[in-house]
Amino acid sequence: MTHLDAREPAGQLEDKWDSFRFDEKLLSPSNKRKFRILVVGTGLAGGGAAATLAEQGYDVYCFSHHDSPRRAHSVAAQGGINAAKNYQEDGDSVFRLFYDTIKGGDFRSRESNVYRLAQVSSNIIDQCVAQGVPFTREYGGLLANRSFGGAQVSRTFYCRGQTGQQLLLGAYAALNRQIARGGGRKGGVTMFYRRELLDIVTVEGQARGIVVRDMVTGQIERYAGHAVVLATGGYSNVFYLSTNAMGSNATAAWRAHRRGAMFANPCYTQIHPTCIPVAGEHQSKLTLMSESLRNDGRIWAPKRKGETRRARDIPESERDYYLERKYPSFGNLAPRDIASRAAKEACDEGRGVGPGGRGVYLDFADAINRLGKDAISERYGNLFEMYQRITGENPYETPFRIYPAPHYTMGGLWVDYHCMTTIPGLFAIGEANFSDHGANRLGASALMQGLADGYFVLPATIMPYLAGQKLSAVDESHPAFKDIEGQVNQRVEKLLAVKGKRSVASFHRELGRLLWTKCGLAREKKALTEAISEVKALRGEFWENVSVPGSSGSLNQALEEAFRVADYMELGELLCRDALDREESCGAHLRTEHQTDDGEAVRDDEDYCYSAAWDWKDEDTPQELVKEELVFESVKLATRSYK
Amino acid sequence: MNLTLKVWRQPSKSAEGSIQTYEAKDVSPDMSFLEMIDVVNDTLMEQGQEPIAFEHDCREGICGACSMVINGVAHGPNKATTTCQLYMRHFKSGETIYIEPWRAAAFPVLKDLIVDRSAFDRIQQAGGYISINTGCAPDAHTTQVEKDAADAAMSAAECIGCGACVAACKNASAMLFVAAKVSHLGLLPHGQAERKTRVLGMVEQMDDEGFGACTNYGECEAVCPKSISTRYISRLNRDYLTASISSEI
Ligand SMILES: Cc1cc2nc3c(=O)[nH]c(=O)nc-3n(C[C@H](O)[C@H](O)[C@H](O)COP(=O)(O)OP(=O)(O)OC[C@H]3O[C@@H](n4cnc5c(N)ncnc54)[C@H](O)[C@@H]3O)c2cc1C
Ligand code: FES
Repeated sequence: MTHLDAREPAGQLEDKWDSFRFDEKLLSPSNKRKFRILVVGTGLAGGGAAATLAEQGYDVYCFSHHDSPRRAHSVAAQGGINAAKNYQEDGDSVFRLFYDTIKGGDFRSRESNVYRLAQVSSNIIDQCVAQGVPFTREYGGLLANRSFGGAQVSRTFYCRGQTGQQLLLGAYAALNRQIARGGGRKGGVTMFYRRELLDIVTVEGQARGIVVRDMVTGQIERYAGHAVVLATGGYSNVFYLSTNAMGSNATAAWRAHRRGAMFANPCYTQIHPTCIPVAGEHQSKLTLMSESLRNDGRIWAPKRKGETRRARDIPESERDYYLERKYPSFGNLAPRDIASRAAKEACDEGRGVGPGGRGVYLDFADAINRLGKDAISERYGNLFEMYQRITGENPYETPFRIYPAPHYTMGGLWVDYHCMTTIPGLFAIGEANFSDHGANRLGASALMQGLADGYFVLPATIMPYLAGQKLSAVDESHPAFKDIEGQVNQRVEKLLAVKGKRSVASFHRELGRLLWTKCGLAREKKALTEAISEVKALRGEFWENVSVPGSSGSLNQALEEAFRVADYMELGELLCRDALDREESCGAHLRTEHQTDDGEAVRDDEDYCYSAAWDWKDEDTPQELVKEELVFESVKLATRSYK
Repeated sequence: MNLTLKVWRQPSKSAEGSIQTYEAKDVSPDMSFLEMIDVVNDTLMEQGQEPIAFEHDCREGICGACSMVINGVAHGPNKATTTCQLYMRHFKSGETIYIEPWRAAAFPVLKDLIVDRSAFDRIQQAGGYISINTGCAPDAHTTQVEKDAADAAMSAAECIGCGACVAACKNASAMLFVAAKVSHLGLLPHGQAERKTRVLGMVEQMDDEGFGACTNYGECEAVCPKSISTRYISRLNRDYLTASISSEI
């Protein structure tokens, strides 16, 4: 059986990163120039990495399916980014951020990775400020902070309600500075826009290149390099309806998986508690209302089933502020998994509000009375406007209606301490990997991880890989490229040849509905078993009845979508199998068979204290499960309590 | 409700384009404008026809991808609203809606409603950054930033790079975009060292890309989904003048 080595440095937790950096083999700037690194993705992780690697002297090729790096999905993050700066003197520290993250993840992540994340968090803020990221400030000119779920300190930095956009513009500016150098021999980054990665090329077992499609001309292209970095984001869109951008996809990660990169913990999918509920069949995506709203808003559902009165007409005594009731010490700031399940429970009991009874209230009446409308509008104005634009309701007057929605995926490509996947030379960073959040991610920690990986971790960990061996000379004329390109072309032809009757979106919608019902907020054996065969059947139908009009040699959005949905059809099955295999509840993964009488998750540390990495076999053989046992030396495994 | 759509279809950059008519049936007022087009596209695909190509991604008004001229107005009738955040409740049953791409020499059409906005990237590459390598930054609290300056910088930085300002302008000028970018960094203490080279470089690139001159129509601010103020244009002009004069010394 395959063995996984996380390659963690020896020594005390606090010293691991420093000793790694001291011990690593170095490359001189003149040698770095000789290495071409292919970075796929220009979000916080990819954009940050590409810029930093180029600053350090590597020859960087960077790819994105977007028309501009600045549109990567990171742009949509609203609430903020965590860092253990302790600027508020409220008792924060690297260890506390580390501990909160481990605990928030329900003790299912690797200690050394999480500690490193907390360690570099401070530098991220310094870097961003120096780049000109306009963080919100206090009147004295210093940086402001807010609180996020799962923490009792104020460590979240933010730019109004557009933190992701501003951090991304920072990384984009750094990237632009490198693109401006000219790329190639001149140094800097050579940027390839509107390119979709469709496969990974390995030579002698090492990642040596990629095959992409030029989305304007339809041309299939090959690019060779000494290492490949995937920073391609998460796979929440497997559920069709999610808060992710329409173009977010799992294709890069999935294609890498099929070439030998293990896929870890696919069932750890985060459902965000505060999203605008579904309005109808036509719904194409769900909109997140930032978790920061839970700083001042109070969540409640009517006490009575089938309540028909308007929110404002329901007296205090008939409202159930269920989070405050059940979790008095964290209240409305309970972690996401807990808040999401509590909302589902209220709706399952028939106490939901709005169309279809799938919604609860998030109420600002008290906050407006206490602080005034202006203060609330300064903090959350853009979110209030966005809600009103979408629903036609005014949240200053009537409470927001919210419901949980798929939002973030903790699972992803398995990586070791070096962010390297099980394919040597293939690295994965940002949301695309599984590394830091265990079974549940805390708010404002994804931006932190993306930038930590991109700016600080990967540029340091890729060096020993390149310095430590003599990589053979490989260019695009190597037969491996021809072979993979041929396979990609076949796939294109196959999709176009089906000429069926159903649109790609209709398949995606059906897959999403299936997974959401049977592998969403709560999971149980019978439904998961059914889901596995239903996904298989749907996949079969897809390849027989999908309609992909147009040709391969031009801009073809139906074809782009078809590649992505075809991969989701495979990933969806693994998601269910992983959920079925994990006979415990932890973090975002709730197995209804494993909970207390009052609905709290029951973890099983005896049997499941591991990360599940799935190893691809072939088309007809299911993936093999390989376990990375998790060892906790610095924290005690405890039952999470937010009461 | 039922609507008639008149949509610009153009197979490729070099092909001729024309307006085609489509019927959108049973449209719900709670649909977004793009969801309405999704439904039309689903039907087209079921019939084996190519869907209407349009750019979109976040569908929440932040990525700047969506870009349609709706009844002659960039992003449609609602103020401070991107196409993706426009909802059908603002239209009436029986209406005919014209949908066209951004029109500007510097934004060539690639297909149907998709245009090439890479000129914006090249303008940013011509100086839209602060030169600081990763790992070289001092502690974030070393420099205090006046709240007013930070707020004004943020208001400029809210630009989503959609290009509606260009599409709305009779001259297809990119001044509001460039002004927002130059001001964001120029208002912050960290952006002072390169303030002059930045404005000169970006304005020069803007001219090279073929964007028109600004003659103060103010259409850009009117359609900007982030309501970016034309006052930033005045600021850009001042910055540009100062930089041109001092660079001659
Ligand atoms: C609505 C919303 C709000 C959020 N708010 C917060 C928040 O407040 N705080 C927080 O910490 N986190 C937040 N998150 C999570 C966070 O934004 C993401 O996890 C993070 O930005 C992911 O960054 P990334 O760099 O890994 O990937 P992304 O930003 O998703 O970038 C992926 C990149 O890969 C490219 N790509 C993908 N597939 C391919 C392919 N096949 N071929 C070529 N290129 C490809 C894309 O073009 C893109 O450039 C939020 C997420 C959402 C959806
Ligand atoms: S789709 Fe992102 S702004 Fe409209």
